[in-house]
Amino acid sequence: MDAPLHSGLLRRIAESVFWIGRYLERSDVTARTLDVHLRLLVEDPWAEENAACRSLLGIMGIEVPDGEPIGSVGVLDQLAYSPAATSINGAITAARENARGAREILSSEFWSSLNTTWLTLPEVRRRSEILGSHVFFSWVREQTATLAGIVDLTMSRDDAWRLLVLGRNLERVDMTARLLMTRALPGAPGRGQPSWMALLLSCGANEAFLRSYRAEVEEASVIEFLLLDRLFPRSVFSALSTAEECLAELDPEQTRVGVHDFARRRLGRTRTLLEYRSTEDLLSNLPGLLRDLERTCSEVSDAVASRFFQAARAMAWAQEGA
Amino acid sequence: MADLFDSYELAGSWDETFASADSPRPSYESILTALQPLGAAELQPRVDALARTFMNRGVTFAYDGQERPFPTDIVPRVIDADEWDLIDRGVQQRVRTLEAFLADVYGPGQVLADGIVPREVVLTSNHFHRESFGIEPPNGVRIHVSGIDLIRDTEGTFRVLEDNVRIPSGVSYVIENRHALTQVLPEAFASSRVRPVSDYANRLHAALRAAAPYGVDDPTIVVLTPGVHNSAYFEHALLARQMGVELVEGRDLFCAGNRVFMPTTAGERPVHVIYRRVDDEYLDPVQFMPGSVLGCLGLVNAARAGHVVLANAIGNGVADDKLIYSYVPDLIRYYTGEEPILPNVETYRLGDPDAREYVLDRLDQLVLKPVDGSGGKGLVIGPQADERTLDVLRRKVIADPRAWIAQPVISMSTVPTFVGDAFQPRHVDLRPFAVNDGEKVWVLPGGLTRVALGEGQLVVNSSRGGGSKDTWVLAAGEERTVSVDLGDLSEAAAEHPTLPELSDGDVEALRQAQGSWGQAQGSWGQARDSWVQANGTFDSMDDEFAPRDFGPAGSSSAQQQQQQ
Repeated sequence: MDAPLHSGLLRRIAESVFWIGRYLERSDVTARTLDVHLRLLVEDPWAEENAACRSLLGIMGIEVPDGEPIGSVGVLDQLAYSPAATSINGAITAARENARGAREILSSEFWSSLNTTWLTLPEVRRRSEILGSHVFFSWVREQTATLAGIVDLTMSRDDAWRLLVLGRNLERVDMTARLLMTRALPGAPGRGQPSWMALLLSCGANEAFLRSYRAEVEEASVIEFLLLDRLFPRSVFSALSTAEECLAELDPEQTRVGVHDFARRRLGRTRTLLEYRSTEDLLSNLPGLLRDLERTCSEVSDAVASRFFQAARAMAWAQEGA
Repeated sequence: MADLFDSYELAGSWDETFASADSPRPSYESILTALQPLGAAELQPRVDALARTFMNRGVTFAYDGQERPFPTDIVPRVIDADEWDLIDRGVQQRVRTLEAFLADVYGPGQVLADGIVPREVVLTSNHFHRESFGIEPPNGVRIHVSGIDLIRDTEGTFRVLEDNVRIPSGVSYVIENRHALTQVLPEAFASSRVRPVSDYANRLHAALRAAAPYGVDDPTIVVLTPGVHNSAYFEHALLARQMGVELVEGRDLFCAGNRVFMPTTAGERPVHVIYRRVDDEYLDPVQFMPGSVLGCLGLVNAARAGHVVLANAIGNGVADDKLIYSYVPDLIRYYTGEEPILPNVETYRLGDPDAREYVLDRLDQLVLKPVDGSGGKGLVIGPQADERTLDVLRRKVIADPRAWIAQPVISMSTVPTFVGDAFQPRHVDLRPFAVNDGEKVWVLPGGLTRVALGEGQLVVNSSRGGGSKDTWVLAAGEERTVSVDLGDLSEAAAEHPTLPELSDGDVEALRQAQGSWGQAQGSWGQARDSWVQANGTFDSMDDEFAPRDFGPAGSSSAQQQQQQ
């Protein structure tokens, strides 16, 4: 009995796996972002707590009513511990719940590690209340890195793996675009050097950046690096390319003309528009580009959902003999 | 005896471990040797580690909508080779008989014509489904998986308490209990030859393949689960994973043209064999409960058309009806011409007016069970019930005597169980699992030992606060001697509570590495032997491995080690 090279994945499971990829990436980036921003609030003598926290929550898609002061405690509650899937706690819980329904597809090492992470969350939270929230964030980073490692070491490069990696990379594009947006918008707070460094740290890109650009942390080079670097795996370009590859492998049929899959077309177009732009051009059109990136992510996510997740035929009663 | 056994008092029941207070049974020697040096302080970390392993691996059952760990006791239950031989043969005989009975009642009905079982008993069974009539399984198997519940009476005789041939659950705990116990009590395994339980999924998969529809050489097999909220969801996922097949829910399947399909990312895929863990009544809204969302429209017709095989078959419940149970000894004689190897528990049929009167006079001394209950649902133990319960019961029995059977209270055997800070005798039962591939009924050497954790309690079901024990079936032959160092490792882990997750993982990784290394060596040896047999010599290959390669820092440290 020969196993087929391309055997499909149950649609319900496909959706779970895709979202596991997205939620884990979300926890990771959220943890990095919170870690650096909360530290800066303490370190930076000019930091305005209310404005900074407000913009941070804005990045993550949480609206704060005007006039309501918000501080780092509130941010921590909303983005680290709240049960909503915009927080680290919520995202890990959601990932675990998805994995619970897809246990037979994921490797048992992955499931067991994710389950243990979820079970340990309250304990680490308690520990961080004594030792500082950094403990919590670095733990989250380590756990998500471990989980990503287990995925790569134990799962075949089949549809399940492709969808998980696709989810991870779409989320990565989305998060990076959101983070960059805070710097791109007119009147964004703190356009000084520390905040570019903070941005790099949020994307886990600080050391990789310093090694290629030295300590010249300038707007142009940071944006160029985060958007276009070919070698850094968390750059928007890398994430878009990886997502494109995953989609191509998910649907290996080649057509003579163009690409018939909408999601892949959309990703490819966005990637090309970025890739063949000069840095000056990038900078002058940044807000528009970033909005386009976010739109790309949500459109691709929808297209993937309707293509791979929805059941093919809805059941309906038919007349006998009809 | 060590401290932990000081308060161990034998009651009137058969004790599996001790023949009398001072003389342990030979089969338990290796376990007692491992446990005796330990005090409560040393045992407790292992008990905790056992519980943590189960939580982390997600070995839970759902109760009241919550995920709960299924408590496992650290003391295994041991069955020696002779006892097992009896159980093995007895379970096989029973399953063969029930298969013959089902083929008969859903076919020619000879057993009814011959008056072995009264026709009305079959027709009034809640789980006799006319929908199943005339569906002929391709390899003749209807009971692909069964769990025959056994208890041991005060004389030490194994008796069948009930048959489960619909969707018996619990085999995942057999697999997980063993996995966990090798980690926390490795030294006890060292001097015993415990038969492995790890190939259950392979056997099940082979039996499901063998059950495929005619003309399907490479069937697509799926496990059908009611979903994550089902109490046995963990088991469904484990079996699907270990068999490498999809775990589907009803909404993942659809029928078209009497064939079953599942939508996948690569298009619709036909499904041929469904190991379903959904009850008959929920399986197909066309034939059964119209409101069910757990099944799939048209499944029964697809089965009838022979395009899909359901395992276990629909309508098996008539064979494990507890009133039919009382006829099984007769059925064994009728179908096999043999005497029953495993006796039943004495059972009163309440349809008989004399028996009914006798039972109603003694409700406070007997056990009454609903004939179609499973999981201990609705069961009333007379001596432990209050007046009101008995009154309600009396009215129910008078209103519908077909729905009940009565049995004497049997004091089940006991095994030492870690309760609080000492070992206490607790009652246990045994559910051996059998897989029928059409050629042979294979009984998993082990089975699920359930233990009633409360003192004197006789109900072992997980939903009623029961736990379980790893069940060891000893292989015939001499004892083995293997030195195990892992005990130190798990102790070390216990001494460093700051690193619990890491240490657990290390122990497991080490064990797995050791195991697969052993397997690799074994299969390498076999491969070489068969090569030599085929080719005469084996000169080109050498038993010596090439020396390992080292980089800059590695080679010097290797040299340093050699110098030391």
